Amino acid sequence: MATLLDFRRRIRSVKNTQQITRAMKFVAAARLRRAQEAAIAARPYARELARMLRSIMSRIDEPQHPLLAHRPEQRILAIVLAGERGLAGAFNANILRKAQDFFRANKGKKLSTIPIGKKGRDALKKAGFHLIAEYVNVLARVDFLTAREIALLVTELYAQEEIDSVYMVFSEFKTVMTPNLVVTRLLPVEAVPADEESGSATSEVDYIYEQPEQQLLGKLLPRYIETQLLRAMLESSAAEHAARMTAMESATKNAGDVIEALTLHMNKVRQAAITKEIIEIVSGASYGA
Amino acid sequence: MLPDAIELVIVTPEKQLLREKVVEVQLPGENGYLGVLPGHAPLITELGIGELRYHHLGGKESAHLAVVQGFAEVLADRLTVLAETAERAEEIDLQRAKDALARAEKRLASNDPNIDWDRANVALQRALIRIQVATKQRSALVAGS
Repeated sequence: MATLLDFRRRIRSVKNTQQITRAMKFVAAARLRRAQEAAIAARPYARELARMLRSIMSRIDEPQHPLLAHRPEQRILAIVLAGERGLAGAFNANILRKAQDFFRANKGKKLSTIPIGKKGRDALKKAGFHLIAEYVNVLARVDFLTAREIALLVTELYAQEEIDSVYMVFSEFKTVMTPNLVVTRLLPVEAVPADEESGSATSEVDYIYEQPEQQLLGKLLPRYIETQLLRAMLESSAAEHAARMTAMESATKNAGDVIEALTLHMNKVRQAAITKEIIEIVSGASYGA
Repeated sequence: MLPDAIELVIVTPEKQLLREKVVEVQLPGENGYLGVLPGHAPLITELGIGELRYHHLGGKESAHLAVVQGFAEVLADRLTVLAETAERAEEIDLQRAKDALARAEKRLASNDPNIDWDRANVALQRALIRIQVATKQRSALVAGS
């Protein structure tokens, strides 16, 4: 039978675990806030760029650019954004399942992938997918230069017709509780979606173009891909921290429940021991009388 | 009627750097510097590497920024600058810029066939413009005090 000492030890060990999970929760919360701020700060550039691109695309009758060219999808590249680290609940498992679903749906075509984040890299490598490149340890602190590097790589591959389309699989950050897994097409670029905020009023303006429109388009499109990638990385990073925060919060709560149950049990054992002792004393005393 | 000020918005991929009412802006277009006053005709241009200067509404002093490539959209009462990087003169680390200049010069002078000429050239120009902007602001501060 477990003695009092055993219970004390177990309670202490659970308490230590709880302290760790609680600390991890606070760290994740701080990182989440930072990631969210970065995501918000990056929004104006992406919005203005999309607006400018839309305005130019609407001006050119038949926009011609390698990044706009549609080809039958035979060779598909998927950029999978998973987490850098574990202990984030089902975050990594979910995103990888989504990626697997995507690969299964495109069976028979030539698939390749670029994982971003260590967990995604490990899993996809193990599953035997063809990795064109891999980017690890870049999501902890999302840098625009990383987004640019990846964008340059995929746009070159696409322009050289090595691949026919590029998709991104990532977790969109909606709220802390509900991650939203999305698969979006990065290339070829389709009509740039209009957002509610900027409206359509400005796109009607008859601009003077300092450079030929085609040249401007050629410069704007790669930038647009970069902002799309940057957004995905920022969102994914925020979602990872949010998932870890939630996971650690429930772990802390569970540890609390375990401690409570163990304490209750320990007290019962202690009570039983005391009762037994009293009975022994009392019965011993009545014998003596 | 012409507007009496322009709303100058400068954004970089990482953040919005500036949103202010200004009366005059000079910006480094790809094909040369442009001066923009309120009521300018709508225009879209590519930016080169250079110095962006603007006058505050009601202020005498002009502010300087070093900008590196990007785009600008001019409307009658609004000027949006999408720069790859933009730094206020007072934020520029002069020593770092000088180091970068020395590095770029060394790279351009070397005979190594592996160097990326365009990149080294851009680095050189960027360093030069940063030094120019930073020293200008500093001397202006000294003269004004």
